Amino acid sequence: MKDEAIYRRLFRTALLIRLVEERIIALYPSDKIQSPVHLSIGQEAVAVGVCDALRADDLVFATYRSHGFYIAKGGKLDAMFAELYGRKDGISGGKAGSMHLAAPDVGLMGSSAVVASTIPHAVGAALSFKRRGGDRIAAAVFGDGATEEGVYHESLNFAALMRVPVLFLCEDNGLAVHSHRPIRQSYRLIEHAAAYGIAGRRLEEGWDMLAVRQATLEAAAHVRSGEPFVLEIATSRYKEHVGVGEDFHFNYRTTDSVDAWKRRDPLIVDAKLVAELSPELEREIDAAVAYAEASPAPGRLELLTDVI
Amino acid sequence: MRKLDYAGAIREAMAQEMERDPRVFVYGIGVPTWSSIFGTTKGLTEQFGPERCFDTPICEDTMTGFGLGAAIRGLRPIHVHIRVDFMILATNQLLNMVSNYIYSTGGKLKVPLVVRAVVGRGWGQGAQHSKSLFSNFTHIPGLKVIAPTTASDVKGMLTAAIRDDNPVICFEHRWLYWAEEEVPEEPYEVPLGVGRILRPGRDVTVVGLSWMNVEARLAADILYKRGVSVEIVDPRTLAPLDEDLIVESVKRTGRCIVADCDWVESGFSAELAARISEKCFGRLKAPVKRIGFAHTPCPTVRELENEFYPNARTIVRGIEEMLGLEAANLDGEDFFSHERRFRGPF
Repeated sequence: MKDEAIYRRLFRTALLIRLVEERIIALYPSDKIQSPVHLSIGQEAVAVGVCDALRADDLVFATYRSHGFYIAKGGKLDAMFAELYGRKDGISGGKAGSMHLAAPDVGLMGSSAVVASTIPHAVGAALSFKRRGGDRIAAAVFGDGATEEGVYHESLNFAALMRVPVLFLCEDNGLAVHSHRPIRQSYRLIEHAAAYGIAGRRLEEGWDMLAVRQATLEAAAHVRSGEPFVLEIATSRYKEHVGVGEDFHFNYRTTDSVDAWKRRDPLIVDAKLVAELSPELEREIDAAVAYAEASPAPGRLELLTDVI
Repeated sequence: MRKLDYAGAIREAMAQEMERDPRVFVYGIGVPTWSSIFGTTKGLTEQFGPERCFDTPICEDTMTGFGLGAAIRGLRPIHVHIRVDFMILATNQLLNMVSNYIYSTGGKLKVPLVVRAVVGRGWGQGAQHSKSLFSNFTHIPGLKVIAPTTASDVKGMLTAAIRDDNPVICFEHRWLYWAEEEVPEEPYEVPLGVGRILRPGRDVTVVGLSWMNVEARLAADILYKRGVSVEIVDPRTLAPLDEDLIVESVKRTGRCIVADCDWVESGFSAELAARISEKCFGRLKAPVKRIGFAHTPCPTVRELENEFYPNARTIVRGIEEMLGLEAANLDGEDFFSHERRFRGPF
């Protein structure tokens, strides 16, 4: 019963993320959102399960594919749409857009379009927690491609040396833009982390929100005790790398893997709950879009503020 | 007042700020070791503990990102690079992340991060231990860039940098570390963005950057004996630039030489010359002249270094040419005293 209540809570947020991104797809041809978007449709369970397991005062450092983490961490929908629209009332006044979403007030500290670049930020933030005592933690969220960057390895090394409370969270969708993991990686992530003395775990059931939540709770408990941890979660990106369409017609991947994922995707399988919750969530999205539509565009004054 | 050298002034600024503010910490490759970045971090680990003054793995970019993460959480990191050439390994974090973090978050987060970087020179430093690259950083919005010349300036400016809520890059020329002068013992700030007239004069303005102010002073002494009055303006902060001070000086003298401690091509001297030409156009009696490194990689051998680096002689000749004076006999002057003094390996 308790699990049922948690499932419903997670499901609601995951569905909100999917409906938000489907709305972005619907709005995109109107050209009101004039910037690249990287959709997380198919990956929602990771953001939702992870953020539910984290505490409100834990911090997340994320990537350009972070609409899901923004919403799951508690970011406001109206400020998000206004940001995508590039309006004054956007979370960063239109200066961030989709790729640099940040909502420090709810603990999403930033996201970056340069792969792996926010990983060391989480290590630095974790140091601040260690200094002040307490058991808050910082989570670095990144894709499987990011683990090929030197900064990932260097961050593991330094986090292990400093023994800071940082959770390294890999969303493994098996793709770096259009390149498959086997041609990119000579290592297995969890074995590799062990070389730094960092414990880790791979979760295959990345569609299962409750499993993600449970795995994150366990990983976070380890991190709260003062040791870094690597949590690798398998997931699936349904849409193209950037943009609102699909990319199967380029023949670099087949629909098979995605179809297998879709057959287990609660946001598809649990159609009854989708039908029950969608109307209310759509109204929330309607309100957020209306808010963005009504917000004025920023001007020269805004251009020149907050530079230095 | 007691005298202190530039290295001691850096150390004192950091120690006093660490004393005053427990959020301040200093880190970097080799920072707490016996060599202590030429003495500038000496004793800080003993005084403040290994949590506030520590060594790092050799990974400049990651350690810069680490500093950013700590800074947006309210800590005040000072990241030290023993050479500018090594700081450029942190270019992704500095140019893609640090410089636009405040902007991208709509001002919700501040980045009180100081990055110190040493400009090397002499005794075979060669192509990878000798860069300044000022303009690579002044080119980027969102970074403050300082290059103090004197001991009292470096103490006050570093103190101001540590207290600043924006990222500040501090360029320190290795040879300035010996420069000794009276430095107040108590903590004080020299505001960033404010230049300084190092020597007042009437006939020509030399805008000197970092080490080139030492050469400019020697050049001014030599020319004084020949009846030429040189004004030396040290911008001290390169970004944001105290343009008014420079423009007023050049309007008074009508002539300007920009003496950069860097390559001339696309260098900071180009920015200065452009601004001066634009703002002083009707008052200039001659085109603005620029002096800087030869456009070659920095050579290792001394004979070639002597050709590579401009010095006081270069400035004297430049001024003579600008004023239409005959080249004076400089045989009795000593232009290489610092070259003789410096011994490596660093």
